[in-house]
Amino acid sequence: MTDRVLIADDEPNIVVSLSFMLKREGYEVLVAPDGTQALAMIRGERPRLVLLDAAMPGMSGFEVCEAVRADPELSGIRILMLTAKGRDTDIARGMGAGADAYVTKPFSTRDLIVRIREMLA
Amino acid sequence: MIQPGLVLAVSFGYLLLLVAVAAHGDRRADQGRSLIDSSFVYALSWAVYCSAWTYFGSVGRAASGGVWFLPIYLGPMLAMLLAWLVLRKMVRIARSYRITSIADFIASRYGKSPLLAALVTLITVVGILPYIALQLKAVSAGYEALTGGLGQSDAAWWRDGTLYMALSLAGFAVVFGTRHLDLSERHEGMVAAIAFESAVKLAAFLAVGVFVTYGLFGGMGDIWARAQAQPDIAGLLRLGGQGFEGFQGAQWFALTLLSMLSVLMLPRQFQVMVVECVNERHILRASWLFPAYLLLINIFVLPIAIGGMLIFGDGGAGAESYVLTLPLSQGAEWLALLAYLGGLSAATGMIIVETVAVSTMVCNDLVMPALLSSGRFARTGGDLTRVLLNIRRAAILLVLLLGYLYFRIAGEAYALVSIGLISFAAVAQFAPALLGGMYWRGATRAGALGGLLGGSLVWAYTLMLPSLARSGWIGAGFLDGPFGLAFLAPQHLFGLTGFDELTHSLFWSLMVNIGLYVGLSLRGRVSAREASQALLFVEVFQRGQAQPVFWRGRARLEDLRRLAGRFLGAARAEALFRDHARETGTALDSLTADARLVDRVERQIAGAIGTASARVMVESAAQEESLSLGDVLEIIDEASQVRTYARELEEATVELRAANEKLKSLDQLKDDFMSSVTHELRTPLTSIRALTELMLDTPDIQPQEREEFLNIILSESERLSRLVNQVLDLAKIESGMAEWHNTDVDMKALIVAALRSTAELFRERGAEVLADLPEQVPMVLADPDRLTQVLVNLLSNAAKFVPEGRGRVEVALRHRGDELVVTVRDNGPGVAPEDQAAVFDKFRQGGEAGNRPPGTGLGLPISRQIVVNLGGRMWLDSQPGQGACFAFSLPLRSKGGSDDG
Repeated sequence: MTDRVLIADDEPNIVVSLSFMLKREGYEVLVAPDGTQALAMIRGERPRLVLLDAAMPGMSGFEVCEAVRADPELSGIRILMLTAKGRDTDIARGMGAGADAYVTKPFSTRDLIVRIREMLA
Repeated sequence: MIQPGLVLAVSFGYLLLLVAVAAHGDRRADQGRSLIDSSFVYALSWAVYCSAWTYFGSVGRAASGGVWFLPIYLGPMLAMLLAWLVLRKMVRIARSYRITSIADFIASRYGKSPLLAALVTLITVVGILPYIALQLKAVSAGYEALTGGLGQSDAAWWRDGTLYMALSLAGFAVVFGTRHLDLSERHEGMVAAIAFESAVKLAAFLAVGVFVTYGLFGGMGDIWARAQAQPDIAGLLRLGGQGFEGFQGAQWFALTLLSMLSVLMLPRQFQVMVVECVNERHILRASWLFPAYLLLINIFVLPIAIGGMLIFGDGGAGAESYVLTLPLSQGAEWLALLAYLGGLSAATGMIIVETVAVSTMVCNDLVMPALLSSGRFARTGGDLTRVLLNIRRAAILLVLLLGYLYFRIAGEAYALVSIGLISFAAVAQFAPALLGGMYWRGATRAGALGGLLGGSLVWAYTLMLPSLARSGWIGAGFLDGPFGLAFLAPQHLFGLTGFDELTHSLFWSLMVNIGLYVGLSLRGRVSAREASQALLFVEVFQRGQAQPVFWRGRARLEDLRRLAGRFLGAARAEALFRDHARETGTALDSLTADARLVDRVERQIAGAIGTASARVMVESAAQEESLSLGDVLEIIDEASQVRTYARELEEATVELRAANEKLKSLDQLKDDFMSSVTHELRTPLTSIRALTELMLDTPDIQPQEREEFLNIILSESERLSRLVNQVLDLAKIESGMAEWHNTDVDMKALIVAALRSTAELFRERGAEVLADLPEQVPMVLADPDRLTQVLVNLLSNAAKFVPEGRGRVEVALRHRGDELVVTVRDNGPGVAPEDQAAVFDKFRQGGEAGNRPPGTGLGLPISRQIVVNLGGRMWLDSQPGQGACFAFSLPLRSKGGSDDG
C-alpha cells in the first residue's frame, strides 16, 4: 500500500515541485494551501507524513503542528517542517512544536527525498 | 438632689475609663495600628473646641442674649472653608520642621527666636488662665447644682473642693500628656481619649435637648409658641437679641472673626489639629465633619434655654446650669448625672489638652532657655529626657493652680462666656504673626515681636485688667481711666464708645498688632536666619524633599551623638544616626558631620525641646559660621541649581531611555525586515532549485512538464530580480541615498503616459479603465520617473485585484486647495478595515493565500516612501466588497523649496 503524504504550503510553485518529486517516488500526494485546510485534511485523510510549511497565512505551520501533537488520535503522524526562515529561534520553535524533522528552504530534493524515505521506513 | 458620694464616684469612674481609653490608644499606636488614623477620630478630637464653656455657657448666653451664642460657632465653620489651604500648610510646616507648639511655630518662622518663643508662651499662659478658671468654675458649679451643696468658694482655700478638683485634673493631665519618654512623638492615647470625650459630651447634650424639647414640651414648635407668648422671652428670638438695639453688625463681625482665629490659634486646637495630625488627607473630611459636629451640639441650645426660662421663670445666672437643673427638677436624676458627665467631659478634655500644650511651651520656651543659659546645666552630659518630663509635669500643675487662682480672684464677677472671650482675644493676637508668616516672606522678627507685644499689652489693658478691676482687685476708679485721664479709660480708649468691651478691645489690640507687625517688617532689615526660615515656611509646598540646608560650619560626630543622646535618649539617638547612614548610603562609623546631618539632629532635638532651644544647643555643640544674607541667597541658589540639575538629569534619562527603546525597536524592525527579505528570497530560490534538480534527476520527464517547470523557473527568476531591485530601491529611498531629479511635472500628462503603459495589463484582465482628468492642472515639482513608478504601481495593483472580465478602474486627478490629489479606484474585493493600516507595511500582500496575484509586497511601501519624500501623503479608502481606492496628494509649490523632503 502506498503511503499518503500531505503537502501544506501556500507557494504554488513549491507545491508543484514537491508533488512531482513525491509522485515520482510513488507516494500518494495530498495538497493543502493553508494551515486550516491542512489540519482538516490531516484529521480526515490521516496521511503518514506531512510536509508542513512554517509560514502560512491564517494558521501557521507551527500552530498546525502543535494542534496535531495535542491530539492523541493523530499520534502516529510524522511531521517534517519546511521553513524559509533560517533563524535559530525559528528552528527551536519548530522543534518545540513537536516536529520530527526541520528542513530549511531552499532545500535539495535529493537530500529531502532521503529524509522522507527514512521517516516513512 | 443626688448624693455627693455618688457624683464623686461616677466622676472618678469616668475619668478612669478615659485613662483606659488612652492606654488602649497608646498600645495600638505601639503596635502600629493607630486608633486615631481616621478622619472621624481626627474631627472628633477637634471638637475639644467645645469646652464647658460651650456645654454650659451657650445656654446661659442664649438665655440672656438669644442668638448671640451663635457667632462663636459660625467663625469656626467659616474657618473650615479655608482649612485645606491654611491648616494643611500649617500641618506640613509643623511636620517638616518638627514643630510641637504654636510658640515654636511662630518663633521658628522668625529665625528661631527664643525671645519670640518666650513672648508667645507668656501671652498664652496669661491669656489662657481665664479659660482654665472657667472650666473649674463650670465643673464646680455643675457639682453644686447636682448635689445642692452650697458654693464654698468663700471658704478658706484649703476647704475649697474646687482646689482639689484642679489638683486631680492636673494629675490626669500628667498621666495623659507626659507618660511618654520620647517627647517629640504625638500623644495618640490622649487624642483617642479626647475623641471619646467629644462623643460623650455630644451624646449627653443631645439627650438633654431631646428630653427638654420632646419630653417636657411638645417639640420645637411648642417651645417657640410658648416663648412668643411671653414678651421678655420672645425678645430672644430676634436677631439683635434681648437688651440690644437693632442688629449690631460690628459685634457679630468681631465675635465671628474672633472665633474664626481662635479655632486655629488656641493652644489646644493647634495641638489636636496640627501636632496630632496623623495624615494630611484627614483634614479634608474633618473640615466638614467638625462644622457638622458644631451644628449638632448647637441645635438644642435655644430650646433648652427657653425651656428653662419657661419652667423656672427667670433668665438669670442659673441658666448656665439648665442642662443639669432641668432634668433634675423633673426627677430625671440619671439624665442629670449623664449631663454632668458630658460637662465633665467637655471641661476635662479642654483642660488636659490645653495644659499639655501649654506645658510643652513653658518647658521648651521658658524653662529650657533659662536652664541652658545657666552654664552648669549645659555642661552636665547626662540624659535629660526625664528632666524634661518633670519640667512639663510641674508646668501642668502650675498652670492649673494659676487657673484656680484666677477663678478665686475673678471667677464670680463674670459669666462663663465672657471669661472665655477674654482668652479668645488673647490668642487672636497670634494671628497676624502666624498667618502672615506663612504667606509673606517679608515679615520680620521685629515686626512679629512688636505686633505681639503691642497687641497683647492693649489686650491686657482693655480686657484683662478691667476683669480684675470689676472683681475689686484693682480700684474701680481704674475703669474711668488711670489718674483720672478719661481718654485712657480701658474700655473706652480715646473716647471710642458704642462697642461692647470685647469688640472695643479686639479693635484696638488687632489694629496695634497688625500696624506694628506690618510697619516694623517693612522698615526693618532681616537677618540671614530669618530670611532662610521665611523661605522654608512660605514655600514649604514647593520644596518637597530637596530642601536647602541653611548651615555652614564644622561639627564633630561625637558631639552630635552626645547632643542627640541627651535630649532624645540613647535608643532614639542611635536610630537617628542609623537612619541617616542608611539614607545617605554610608556606613554608620564613617558618617561625616555635614550640614545635612547637623540639620537633621537639630530638627529631631527641636521636637523635644523646641526649635529655639534646639538652635541654641546645636550652636553650642558645633563651630558654626554665621551666615550672611548673601550666603542664604547662595544656598537657595545652590539648592535650586541642584533641583535644576536633578530635573535635567531626569529629563536626559528619560530621553536616553526613549532613544534606547527606539533603537531597540529599530533593531527589531531591521531584524524583521531581514527575516522577511530572506524569506522572500528563499521562496523563489526553493522552486528554482527544486525544479532544476528534479529535471536533472528525471531524464524521462514529459515535454509539457519540462516546459511548465522551465516557465516557473523563469518567472521565479524574474521575481527574484524584481525583489532584489525593489529592496535596494527602498533601502536607497529610506536612507536618503536615492537621487531625485525634481523638475516641473504635468501630472495629467504623467497619468496619461502611465495609463498607456499599463493598457496591455488591463486588456489581458478584460478590465475597463476610466480616466477623469481636468483640462489643465498646475505643475508640481517632482521626479517624473518616480511619480510614474507610483502611478504604475497603483494601476497594476488595481489590475491584479479587479475581477476577471468585468473589472472597472477609475483614475481621477483633482486640484484641491494647494495640492493635487490622484485617486485610483477599483471594483475588487477591497481591504478589510483591520488590514487597512498594514497595506503600506513591507511584505504585506493583499488577497487570499492561494490565489494571490504575484508581487513582492514592496510596491506600496515604496510608492508611499516616494510620495512622502515629495512632500505628499498616500492613503487608502476602502469598504470590503466595494473595491479599494488608493489616493495620494502632492503639494503645489515653487522650485527652491523642492528637495528638502
